[in-house]
Amino acid sequence: MSDKTENKSPLLNPKWMNLLGRFLALVIVFAFFAMLVPEGKFHTLRNLENILRQSCVYATAGLGMTMVIIGAGIDLSAGSLIALSVVVVATTLNLNITGADGQPHPFTELHPALAPVVAVMAGTFAATLAGLCNGIMIVGLRLMPFIVTLGTMGMIRGLAKGIGHERDIYPPNETWINNIMDPTISSLHRPWYFLPIGVWILIGGVIVSSFVLRYTRLGRHIFAVGSNEETARLCGVSVGRTKLFIYTACGFFCGVAGLMQFSYIGGIGQPTTAVMYELFVIAAVIIGGASFTGGEGSILGTIIGALTITILYTGGQQMGWPKWVQEMVIGGIIIAAVALDRWRHRKTV
Amino acid sequence: MSNSPRLEMRGVRRSFGATKALRGVELSVAPGEVMALVGENGAGKSTLMKILSGAIPPDEGRMFLDGAAYVPGNPLHARKSGVAMIYQELALAPHLSVMENILLGIEPSRGPLMNWPEMKRRAAAALAEVGLADIAPETQVRRLAIAQQQLVEIARAVALDCRVLVLDEPTSSLTAKDIEKLFALIRRLKAKNISIVYISHFLEEVRAVCDRFTVLRDGETVGSGVTSETPNERIIALMVGRNVDELYPRSARIPSEVILEVNNLSGITKPKAASLQLRRGEVLGISGLVGAGRTELMRAIFGLNRVTNGEIRIGTFDGVASPAKRWAQRVGLVSEDRKTEGLALGLSIADNMTLSRLDGLGPMRLVLPSRQRAACKPWIEKIPIKCQGPEQRISGLSGGNQQKVAIARLLHADVDVLLLDEPTRGIDVGSKAQIYQLIDELAARGKAVLMISSYIPELLGTCDRIAVMSRGKLGEARERLKWDEKQLLAAAIGQEE
Repeated sequence: MSDKTENKSPLLNPKWMNLLGRFLALVIVFAFFAMLVPEGKFHTLRNLENILRQSCVYATAGLGMTMVIIGAGIDLSAGSLIALSVVVVATTLNLNITGADGQPHPFTELHPALAPVVAVMAGTFAATLAGLCNGIMIVGLRLMPFIVTLGTMGMIRGLAKGIGHERDIYPPNETWINNIMDPTISSLHRPWYFLPIGVWILIGGVIVSSFVLRYTRLGRHIFAVGSNEETARLCGVSVGRTKLFIYTACGFFCGVAGLMQFSYIGGIGQPTTAVMYELFVIAAVIIGGASFTGGEGSILGTIIGALTITILYTGGQQMGWPKWVQEMVIGGIIIAAVALDRWRHRKTV
Repeated sequence: MSNSPRLEMRGVRRSFGATKALRGVELSVAPGEVMALVGENGAGKSTLMKILSGAIPPDEGRMFLDGAAYVPGNPLHARKSGVAMIYQELALAPHLSVMENILLGIEPSRGPLMNWPEMKRRAAAALAEVGLADIAPETQVRRLAIAQQQLVEIARAVALDCRVLVLDEPTSSLTAKDIEKLFALIRRLKAKNISIVYISHFLEEVRAVCDRFTVLRDGETVGSGVTSETPNERIIALMVGRNVDELYPRSARIPSEVILEVNNLSGITKPKAASLQLRRGEVLGISGLVGAGRTELMRAIFGLNRVTNGEIRIGTFDGVASPAKRWAQRVGLVSEDRKTEGLALGLSIADNMTLSRLDGLGPMRLVLPSRQRAACKPWIEKIPIKCQGPEQRISGLSGGNQQKVAIARLLHADVDVLLLDEPTRGIDVGSKAQIYQLIDELAARGKAVLMISSYIPELLGTCDRIAVMSRGKLGEARERLKWDEKQLLAAAIGQEE
């Protein structure tokens, strides 16, 4: 609009510089493995696609977690929410309903088009509802998010196990949900949609959540609540409603991540899946530049964070590092990323 | 003088980037002397304290303690040298006991074990010395009142055998009774030959307890003298560097209809049945002591505190309402606590200024950052706010400019009623003058301003009418010309009736 003070190119904007820095770190990590993994096996198209597919679950759950952490909260139940969604999807696909002949038939055979749609909706809805419950307890009982979600982490995991009767659920028929994470670029018949469906879902989620955070009043309110709750209240922001939203959104995105996880582990309703995922998701958000004290963070940063973690894992595996080394390296990277942020902040402010 | 000074500062300078915080400080305190260090906020008092405490080194200049060079490397070193600081924001561990706080860092021990009996004995001795003998050393600090916590801090200094005690605005959160106790303690410490640097801008206090004064302005020592021989006007002129009446502009204000009416408003403890009327085009001041219930009254009006009884009418709206509704009714509040409530320090100027009114900043109720920035620019230029641009973080601004952003939020929201709680607390004179001018312009344009201040000259300078609050009760508002400083003070401590 006014151009006399807007002469700075948008690329020099500190926010973009910050993202660019994280992206460079990602590229460096990638280049590191590309050079070291023998026979150039790391930078093959197949492996790149694998990294993309693997990071999808973390990244999708990370969309909601980014909002939560920007709002100065935390959601430790993310892994359990993913598992809940997985189990609910499998249970729905496993239902038997009474057909016209009065005999029970598998839902998926009686309504092959409807069944997966219902399963997707049920899985996402269950996780969203559980996320809303997190929010209600945090806002209504005025409890610390850490405590509430620590509790619900166990409760939701227990619920998932209960629904699955502590066993893996094998739905009788394959549906399209099984295929949303299937490779496309490196598969023989390259489908017209080019990238795995799950990646497209993630891209859609990135666009929607970035837009919400950046261009809607709700998004600005999330930043305000995270940066200073008292100020937000003073300014007429409905702090409670904002918090309810972020935990519900986190539930929703974990539910969507659950659909991906369901496909990724081969279409099985495994109640014990995604254990500890909350830590990877939180780590992705933090590596992406969010601050635990709230008010800071970005969706694109989280995506970069999720990719970084996945590259470290797959890279470590392909280098033949033992699992304990991988775990230590990733832990170290998280601390280094946050330490770097601290140092940067001290320089600028 | 035959006595060599206890503490001496010679030509102390310090810059932060391009800002010259201290440009030549001269200070000399004799043993057992109470030296007032006065100056407006922003004069460099806090930088001076940081240098004295060893938190930052000076760029130039020398310091002496009892004739020996004093070069504190860090705050611990300063404390061990016998220079103790009592800051406005108390530095206590609220969850620990009184004795652990007093002897923090110098705990008596037997090998690796704490020597609790010895600790208790020494803490009790220090407590007795500051007049807190009735408090058990095991008490958790957070259970104490603020005034007692402050005394615990002083006890900590006493336990360390300090030679110089620096008190930064020690009365800012004390009641009149506690202030008297504090002054008695200062006299006792003085008798023990401890030198005290008393930082304040309340001249009444300086007169009550200090032997000499040194005035700091814009980082420079501009004068010093014996308190009892210098009239107030002289000290104020030194502090402000200009005549007092230029500070408060007053345009023609035409009070019109009543826009805010409060009847018998009561909160949980405070206020007690407060009533007031505020007209468009006038500034109504509320005077009184800290803790009298002024802030509670304002927060109750704005929906931040619960109302237990009474009526509030704002324009055509009746009854209590949430802050969100108040903003919609075109009422805005500036909090007294800029850092924890007033502003989100980590966010940008644009985010802070537009937070209470995000509509109109994009199509379909969206918020476009470019529009946010554009909306801020007129205010940044008009007030003016010294900054790099609307994208700059609040934490990078000076206190005065931060406060201007907090007030600009109300201007952006285009409110009719401005509730200002201590709008000039802790900011430099230049910013104060700009804020006084802004308040005057707003009133002249027909806005209604309700303003709380603990600084009486400021109320007399800016307001049209002033009411005094004392122990939760709000007195009747009178024309400003019917008040003088003494009457306002008497009313504040409830001695009027």
